[in-house]
Amino acid sequence: MTDTLEIKGLRVNVEDKEILKGVDLTINSGEIHAVMGPNGSGKSTLAYSLMGHPKYEVTGGEITYKGENVLEMEPEDRSKLGMFLAFQYPFEIEGVPLTRFLMTAYKAHNAPSEEEKNDPKKRIKVGEFRKIMMEKLDLLKMDVSFIKRYLNEGFSGGEKKRAEVLQMLVLNPSLAILDETDSGLDIDSVRVVAEAINSLRGPNFSALMVTHYQRILNYLNPDFVHVVVDGRIVESGDRQLALKLEDEGYDWIVERELGKQGVAA
Amino acid sequence: MSEKIQHLGEKKRGTASQQEVVERDYTRYDFRDDHEALHKIAPGLSPDVVKEISKMKNEPEWMLKRRLEGLEIFLEKPTPTWGGDLSTLDYDSISYYIKPTEEQGESWEEVPDKIKETFEKLGIPEAERKFLAGAGAQYESEAIYHNLKKEWEDRGVIFFDSDTGLQKHPDIYEELWGTVVPSTDNKYAAMNTAFWSGGSFVYVPEGVEVTMPLQAYFRINAADMGQFERTLIILDKGAKLHYIEGCTAPTYSSKSLHSGVIEIIVKEGADMTYTTLQNWANNMYNLVTQRAMVHANASMSWVDANLGSYLTMKYPSCYLVGEGAKGEILSVAYAGEGQHQDTGGKIIHAAPNTTSRITSKSISLNGGRTSYRGLVKIGKGATNAKCNVMCDALLLDDKSVSDTYPYIEIEEDQVTVGHEATVGKVGEDLLFYLRSRGLSESEALSLIVLGFVEEFSKTLPMEYALEFNRLIQLEMEGSVG
Repeated sequence: MTDTLEIKGLRVNVEDKEILKGVDLTINSGEIHAVMGPNGSGKSTLAYSLMGHPKYEVTGGEITYKGENVLEMEPEDRSKLGMFLAFQYPFEIEGVPLTRFLMTAYKAHNAPSEEEKNDPKKRIKVGEFRKIMMEKLDLLKMDVSFIKRYLNEGFSGGEKKRAEVLQMLVLNPSLAILDETDSGLDIDSVRVVAEAINSLRGPNFSALMVTHYQRILNYLNPDFVHVVVDGRIVESGDRQLALKLEDEGYDWIVERELGKQGVAA
Repeated sequence: MSEKIQHLGEKKRGTASQQEVVERDYTRYDFRDDHEALHKIAPGLSPDVVKEISKMKNEPEWMLKRRLEGLEIFLEKPTPTWGGDLSTLDYDSISYYIKPTEEQGESWEEVPDKIKETFEKLGIPEAERKFLAGAGAQYESEAIYHNLKKEWEDRGVIFFDSDTGLQKHPDIYEELWGTVVPSTDNKYAAMNTAFWSGGSFVYVPEGVEVTMPLQAYFRINAADMGQFERTLIILDKGAKLHYIEGCTAPTYSSKSLHSGVIEIIVKEGADMTYTTLQNWANNMYNLVTQRAMVHANASMSWVDANLGSYLTMKYPSCYLVGEGAKGEILSVAYAGEGQHQDTGGKIIHAAPNTTSRITSKSISLNGGRTSYRGLVKIGKGATNAKCNVMCDALLLDDKSVSDTYPYIEIEEDQVTVGHEATVGKVGEDLLFYLRSRGLSESEALSLIVLGFVEEFSKTLPMEYALEFNRLIQLEMEGSVG
């Protein structure tokens, strides 16, 4: 119960424009949720807001995770709480090899606390880190030369997405928020990435997958599928909902919601 | 204002990143010891001070004459009004000479305990044992230690402090000293000529390639001190050397002055690298003249890291006087609160088929200011000369400043000169990306900064690259929230 992510009435402005208009969502530990919806409906805003991007101003509602008030936490503390956001458009950083970036993040996560500082067992072991990194590279079918390259610099779209998933695997989060991690991937890559995400699955792992495509859901097999339209979750269901969206598109939902708004107005 | 830090430099080999995770225990440089000086000349500037220094050093008459000429030129030349603000530099409150100890040692056991402890904290004896061909250490005005490993001594390499160099090789000194940087060059070169003490004298014989670096370490411990080291390095034909200088001082409330002069002669086909890693206290005026005469097919690299100081004005230069000579200046400047780094380089192409490259990287934060000031001159007759200048500035906030003053003078037709400058800013989105991975703001910024200077740090020997990265991290930790 304590590992539950609870979003209640979340309202978010971006540059003074309201994008999320009251989102309610509960993700229990062990569950995979997919969030779908038309372009501009607020899916990515939900992802960024969960992680605490300063440009996304929360004007109302609550987010709690593991019993903590997430809205009062800095992004780095949310990360250390076990949250991870895979970016749709990751940034490039000159001169920082992927391996150094991974090590820096790994250290930030595994640094011994003040009391543990003098305990040699708690010290970060470079060998252990390297072992984990190599394992995860293998899982993603990535060549070792990849980690020597500068972070995302000159990476293809697919390589950037794999690099995001590699970071996720190394940091081993308990809650993964994946923002269109499957966009721009070829069919084989979708499978590899999905398998990598599945490797984290278990009673202590949950995920929120923002996606436009049902294909990755074939591999992820989500417990719930939600549809976001105009800043609200307007439809929730199981795998069948995603298949229906694939066949019929969003029009039926959008029209229904517009109709409701018409009534309200 | 792109989020991606612009990168116009050419891509080079990969890195040995796993080295960076080696846990090391570094000591801050801001500590003082309470060593009592053996001899300190009262503060102030007069011909008597110059005479006293020369007499104590038992110098030949011609050197005293040059010193006095230097003093005259210093007094005649106005304080420069370009570059940084020198108006608060009070020449009369400075001690121009402090002698810390009677004799210098050839082994660390001979060095007085308190001074030895200081250098041990700085890691010099350990570095010497592990990977240096030789090491020198200067404390206040005098060299307190100089030693060259026997294998290099046997091959004819000479490595002394400058005073010993002058005593043992007066002929070389009389002929070459002051020919690369004459006292008329600038006010502070003249000042150095008048008050110089310490520094190194290095000679590498024809064809000898010194495969390990030589290091000199300059430490200022006293307040209100002026340190005026003077270095002369001569590489004979086909010789090779990497010389590294490190500089630190603790912080005092009053400002101190470091004004060194480095003269280098790189003869035909020789290959010289001079690396400076300075981390002066933030109240130091650092006014240094570094110049190399580069002869036919020889190669000179200045690798220059400027951290710390209140004001640094330093423009390492290469005079490419022989056909096919090469010059390179690679520098990093870091300016935080209240600091101004006015640095750059000077390349004079004075022969055909000469090539050069200037790469300048600067980082400003907390209102610090970095200025690139560079001169590229291609003289008449320097046909087919090629020069490429790249200046990259990184601003970490809106209060900080970076400016560039590139001067290019070309007197020949068939030449290629390129100049590129970029200014990068760290945006909110990039910071968020890194923070979402668990990095604090200061950890994120130091990662970005280390990446920005990667092109520089990977030219350093591994031990120094680690030291340099650690210095940058310490600066970032101290200055970012």
